[in-house]
Amino acid sequence: MSKVFKLDESVEKSVKKLLTFLLNKGRIRGALVLQKTDGNSAVAYSLITDADALASACPLCPLMPSNAASVLSRLTLQESLPEPLAVVLRPCELRGFIELVKHGQGSLDKFLFISSVCGGVYPLKMVQVDGSVGEKLPQYWDAVKRAEIAPEIRPTCRACERFVPLGADMTVATMGESGLETKCTIFLNTDKAMGFIEGMEGKLAEEKLETEAIQQHKQKRKAEKNKLYDEIGLEKYGLSGMIDMFGKCIGCHGCSQVCPICYCEVCTFESRDLEPKPAEFERDLNKKRAIRVPPDTLFYHLGRLIHVAISCVGCGSCTDVCPVDIPVSSIFLKVRESVQELFDYVPGMDPEEAVPITKFETEELVEFED
Amino acid sequence: MEEEFKPKIVGFLCNWCSYAGADLAGVSRLKYPSTILPVRVMCSSRVDPLHIITALLKGADGVLIAGCHPGDCHYQKGNYHTRRRFALLKRVLENLGFDADRMRLSWVSASEGRRFAKVVGEFTEKIKELGPNPCREEHFL
Repeated sequence: MSKVFKLDESVEKSVKKLLTFLLNKGRIRGALVLQKTDGNSAVAYSLITDADALASACPLCPLMPSNAASVLSRLTLQESLPEPLAVVLRPCELRGFIELVKHGQGSLDKFLFISSVCGGVYPLKMVQVDGSVGEKLPQYWDAVKRAEIAPEIRPTCRACERFVPLGADMTVATMGESGLETKCTIFLNTDKAMGFIEGMEGKLAEEKLETEAIQQHKQKRKAEKNKLYDEIGLEKYGLSGMIDMFGKCIGCHGCSQVCPICYCEVCTFESRDLEPKPAEFERDLNKKRAIRVPPDTLFYHLGRLIHVAISCVGCGSCTDVCPVDIPVSSIFLKVRESVQELFDYVPGMDPEEAVPITKFETEELVEFED
Repeated sequence: MEEEFKPKIVGFLCNWCSYAGADLAGVSRLKYPSTILPVRVMCSSRVDPLHIITALLKGADGVLIAGCHPGDCHYQKGNYHTRRRFALLKRVLENLGFDADRMRLSWVSASEGRRFAKVVGEFTEKIKELGPNPCREEHFL
């Protein structure tokens, strides 16, 4: 059983009410939440310091315009926060940020993390192309209420088994909560969270976070994941399969730009030093008589897989932004699971645990030696 | 008559152990296949997984990474990092359906000339079984 705070308004309104309370009491300097950018359904992360500006905020909107992990890293890369900031973000975004902090790309100090049991998000293309997300919200929340997988959410989200936040100070219950239009349950996971809500109108109680509904939903997601495995059929790829899949890549490197884990300031794959010299084209042409120009598309994607797989939190941003619809995150899915299992590692779970590639055991992995 | 397939293997050899081991194999006049193109690195942990990928995509039939035995690294712990990176890369390639057997990690000390010859011999046989690297013919890399 964990401590919970109960409010008598819809989930979204309650979160806003909480933020308003924290702002008005001066307990936080600001809030970082999704905010509508137009009358339609486009949203973006905004820093808000005035409670009135929260009116157009939509903290739990099922869209991920950018991964909050990257946003928070940019906020705290140079220095940690001077004053407390509340952030409403998804579980994968929080894991991504913790992972970035482990890589020295930010600081967790003074953050109040408010996350929710995540029902997944819609593809970004839905906003850009037809702006239809607004109409879909009722059916989205209906599915969440019944602990079903909402139709049309991204394949990555359908197959995600880590939809219960790790490392959040507060967790907003959504999955299987039948009355989420009229009431809201917020789990207070840390003492810090307890301190922040002190004096706020609402009811303290004790409840279990991992309800039956959540357990069942996990099974559904797992089934979806196995379906996605079969659909992608990665193990049959080999060289020709990889070329079929990545051959259409236009080399925009958007997947790396939006990836919370791809943080390097100077990227190997952006470096002009690696551009082939005429003699290298000549050498390859002598052997093959035809080559793709520019070369190294597969090199880029394999390289990214190697660099990112161990820390990939499966946020799906890469697939979201791909202009030629390569299912990047679905390809990453099995690779990252396998690599993370090898090192028994869950990215973004424990801020104190070192990333496996930075440490070692003296007796291990002998099966890889010959 | 079809020419017999002679593999090309890129061998990343650590300066302190395996390169010396290869040298010893040479001065001891041990016979081993001339399939290996040695690249001397100061430590096996200097080998970036991208080096291995580059070699494979450019058409090397095999990549050997050889370093000091665990516990004997000249820099104390370099080879332990090598082993983790190697395992990670191999896992990635296996999952993508590549011939992950085209890469091999072996420990060869400076006194193990005989072992070096054996490793190269074994690996060459293995690569002969696998045949030429399909990347050699591929235009769309």
